[in-house]
Amino acid sequence: MSSEGRVRKRLTSRTASLVAIVIAVLWTTPTFGLLISSFRPELEIKTNGWWNFFGDPQVTMANYEEVLLNQGLLSYFINSLVITIPSVLFPVAFSAMAAYALAWTRFRGRDWIFIGIFALQIVPLQMALIPMLQMLSPVQEALIWPYPTATVWLAHTCFALPLGIFLLHNFISELPGDVIEAARVDGASHARIFRQVVLPLIVPALASFGIFQFLWVWNDLLVGLVFAGGGPDNAPLTVRLAEMAGSRGQEWQRLTAGAFVSIVVPLIVFLSLQRYFVRGLLAGSVKG
Amino acid sequence: MATVTYAGATRHYPGTDRPAVDKLDLEIRDGEFLVLVGPSGCGKSTSLRMLAGLEDVDGGKILINDKDVTNLPPKSRDIAMVFQNYALYPHMTVYENMAFALKLRKTPKSEIDVRVKKAADMLQLGDYLNRKPKALSGGQRQRVAMGRAIVREPQVFLMDEPLSNLDAKLRVQTRSQIATLQSQLGITTVYVTHDQIEAMTMGHRVAVLLDGVLQQCDTPRALYDTPANVFVAGFIGSPAMNIKTVALTDEGGVFGQMILPLTREQVAAARAGGDGKVTVGFRPEDCQLVSATEGGMPVVVDLVEDLGSGANVYGHAAINGGDERFVVSTERRSMPNLGETVFVKPRTDHHHAFHATSGIRLA
Repeated sequence: MSSEGRVRKRLTSRTASLVAIVIAVLWTTPTFGLLISSFRPELEIKTNGWWNFFGDPQVTMANYEEVLLNQGLLSYFINSLVITIPSVLFPVAFSAMAAYALAWTRFRGRDWIFIGIFALQIVPLQMALIPMLQMLSPVQEALIWPYPTATVWLAHTCFALPLGIFLLHNFISELPGDVIEAARVDGASHARIFRQVVLPLIVPALASFGIFQFLWVWNDLLVGLVFAGGGPDNAPLTVRLAEMAGSRGQEWQRLTAGAFVSIVVPLIVFLSLQRYFVRGLLAGSVKG
Repeated sequence: MATVTYAGATRHYPGTDRPAVDKLDLEIRDGEFLVLVGPSGCGKSTSLRMLAGLEDVDGGKILINDKDVTNLPPKSRDIAMVFQNYALYPHMTVYENMAFALKLRKTPKSEIDVRVKKAADMLQLGDYLNRKPKALSGGQRQRVAMGRAIVREPQVFLMDEPLSNLDAKLRVQTRSQIATLQSQLGITTVYVTHDQIEAMTMGHRVAVLLDGVLQQCDTPRALYDTPANVFVAGFIGSPAMNIKTVALTDEGGVFGQMILPLTREQVAAARAGGDGKVTVGFRPEDCQLVSATEGGMPVVVDLVEDLGSGANVYGHAAINGGDERFVVSTERRSMPNLGETVFVKPRTDHHHAFHATSGIRLA
């Protein structure tokens, strides 16, 4: 507690705040430049820097019209949503259940299973791609669903589970044991304890893991490209963005708008969920 | 309304030398308030958790109302438990905390409401029903934990040191509240504490445990008057009994010039395997300070605790070559000064004798 307190004190000092502000400005400036650029006409973008916008403001929606309608970015945007939402919900749900089982039920070999899952984190994603593809293509064929999106969900879920279980296990095992035992004495089954006692208490952990997983899946190119292919029916936004940069390197006014479209959703997700990062839900359960 | 029976119940944690609870035999009557007491690590909490179903039973049986519950999960035992840390559900209001168990039992909403309100009235929690636990004081949280148990109207109440997180004054107050509540409700209660005063004031009967073994189970008065062995004698009573192992003669135990008389049977029993010694004890409140001529034992005063109502006098005396410590409770009027020599004389027939090696009471 004391070392934690010291760290907190240092992080809230005036110098630290100043440093944080400087970092935030440095970090935000390129994004801001991107936003400005995306509204500038093609000629302006290609001849001078985005800061000239303030001397001679010329606003156009042409870039957005081009990427969303002519380049078909809108359908890729929807593909990305279709891929990302289940790819976040599945790992969050499964990790939470697995973490509860590993933390609060007793069965033979529990610790070894947990260590095994923990060790799986060191397997590089690239190494598992081909075997996963071989494993999942029969699954894909067996499904009546004509799109390969389901295999992307499965792949993302598989790759996310080891870290997710590890993170949530740490959080769930720190819950006060008395509270869980009280629920058992009150007559609750494991399913009931998980739903009505554990889940409400681990919302901050679920939110942080969910945000990380969302950013990862949304920005992912490799898994999406390998499992969903490059077609406009299935490929995520990132695949299309990469293509736009490759085939139309000279028309990078489109990239500015395209890139901005792709960061809007993560921004919304992050800003709306960040309050869950704030802990404090546990205060008052046991003597404080 | 239930009886509870421990029949040789044993809990042996894997990887430990001796059982945490060793062949516990205990019968708890219907409506009885039984207190399990002992020093930390004596197995009292483990015994309670075995009854709750939170701890495995490795040997023997546990019965509630003559029904074997040894291998039943907690929810099938119809018990309610109050935890040391209260273990309230932090995300639920006081009302929801109390209603949780009833909801799980599919009790009709209207009945839940009646029972929760009734319990809240009993515990003066009516104004706090919509608060979350973190907005309550320690005493209020403790009462919510009690309320959560009361609304269940269970067969048995289990309480695991429910007062140990309260401050001293609140503890005394809550102590009597719990005892009153229990006698009103008439529900069989098993209460764990390490505090022998709580045990003596609350329990109808008190079971004293040491190292997982039941030492004695009897009414508070019987524990005080006739402790079954040296451990119980030393554990029950505050300040603790003066217990010394001294030389044995035909008349009794020798304290310097003073002899604590023993009956012929006691002497005979003490002789058997006792190595010529006997363990004798007398309570601080069972002796008097007398003048030098009345045959008391000379004790040099080291410390005097003035309690207001009386005083505890701590001192030492040279007995059989060793320096032995004694404590005596006295009236305030006759409080001695530090360094003074007082003469201590136990009241006739108020001393206790135990076998020098086995520690068992000599009747």
